[in-house]
Amino acid sequence: MKTLMLYKRKNGEGGIRNRIAVISTVACSNHVVEQIAQQVPLADAYTHAYGCDQLGEDLTLSFNCLKKMGTHPNVGAVLVVGLGCEEIKASELAAEIAKIQPLCEYFNIQDVGGTTKSIAHGVKIISRFASKLSEMERTEMPLSSLTVGLECGGSDFTSGLAANPSMGKLAKKLCENGCKVIFGETTELMGAEDILKKQCVNHDDYLWICERIKKIEKVAHDMKVDLRGTQPSPGNIEGGLTTIEEKSLGGICKTGGLPISGVLDFAESAKVKGISFMDTPGNDLACSLGLSAAGAQVILFSTGRGTPMGFAASPVIKITANRTAAENMAENIDVDLSGIISRSMSIEEGGTMLFDILMQTANGQETSSERLGHREFGLYRISPILT
Amino acid sequence: MKKSALKLTETDTAATAMEDIPAGEIVAITDTNGKDTEGIRALSDIKRGHKIALKDINLGEEVIKYGYPIGIACKSILRGECINTDNLVSARGRGDL
Repeated sequence: MKTLMLYKRKNGEGGIRNRIAVISTVACSNHVVEQIAQQVPLADAYTHAYGCDQLGEDLTLSFNCLKKMGTHPNVGAVLVVGLGCEEIKASELAAEIAKIQPLCEYFNIQDVGGTTKSIAHGVKIISRFASKLSEMERTEMPLSSLTVGLECGGSDFTSGLAANPSMGKLAKKLCENGCKVIFGETTELMGAEDILKKQCVNHDDYLWICERIKKIEKVAHDMKVDLRGTQPSPGNIEGGLTTIEEKSLGGICKTGGLPISGVLDFAESAKVKGISFMDTPGNDLACSLGLSAAGAQVILFSTGRGTPMGFAASPVIKITANRTAAENMAENIDVDLSGIISRSMSIEEGGTMLFDILMQTANGQETSSERLGHREFGLYRISPILT
Repeated sequence: MKKSALKLTETDTAATAMEDIPAGEIVAITDTNGKDTEGIRALSDIKRGHKIALKDINLGEEVIKYGYPIGIACKSILRGECINTDNLVSARGRGDL
């Protein structure tokens, strides 16, 4: 049995990192959160534009996403920072997180007495967390502890020909080892329905996915907009992708033709072993949030044009098969698969390279985006702003 | 060495140029095993990563890549011409129609 050295959590999950999450409940806390997180190397700022003036399902989704970041296996300690008058209450969020996360505290800026005092107070708390986390050690856990997210962004012709099929080979290996693998990006399945029909284990899941794709087309119809304005993006088109169908048929190669065993709503925790589809936007940050909230400890991200984005809770491994991106953005790329395009390596070898770097990353090696300080975070809103 | 374009499946009517191809050059159409299947003269400049038509495609006809339709020809396309946003449109997400 293949094993990894992970941080074992109270609930049995395994973390590939042991970070401190400093979470804003509301945009008003962002500056304080950023200032606190900057002063402790293990800490990441989870800032966003929301947390106030939200209602119904939209509010619930934001709350749940923040909660899932606080209980993410890669997070070893949490500080929740509220302002004091917002809908997402710091005390409630911290109480939910503390059910799973032993190191969790919160405060409100209005209670502590303003920016300066809050920053000092927060730094004191997370410095204490940092010394506790540094005492924790990795323990041996099975490879099946991993949940892996697959994503693509800034795609071009090389994505569908080389990088995504290599991810498909990796997915096969992960499935054989009992891991959970999740892919999303609903818009980018438009035109790949016939392939999904063959791969979905349950016909109802296939119908569910088609329904979600149709929903997007209906919104476009109701708004009288042509998706061609963004799908494919100008960069995709420059890179040889002419239509959304072409982009989708390249994107679905991430799943390697393997059975799709389950479907998930946005940010829902992965339930079954093998491959699951999650209903997410194509937007890279929103998709990363969904995959990470589902429990993905790591995200593999293929790009043709090159993109620097990381994610706060889950390290992102950047893959390209475009030699120009591999050279121009070398510091942002973890795996160069351009040899597949020049026929000096096979897709099978690409899959092996991805598996090797995934193992190294899980055991603690920093990815390019981590090394460069890319720890982006953002929430995803599902309703218009009413108030 | 002849410039090449990759044809992914037997039924594809578009192949991907593996390097920049100037108009007039004969392009080797290769399959996924690297085998040359035919030679086609490029009728227009085709940038690396962009597509070359493998047959004459009528206005309104689907263009096939990966074995599936990737959109509809909005102009008639000649074998050897570049396929791009000028002559191929998506059939999906068209709230403007």
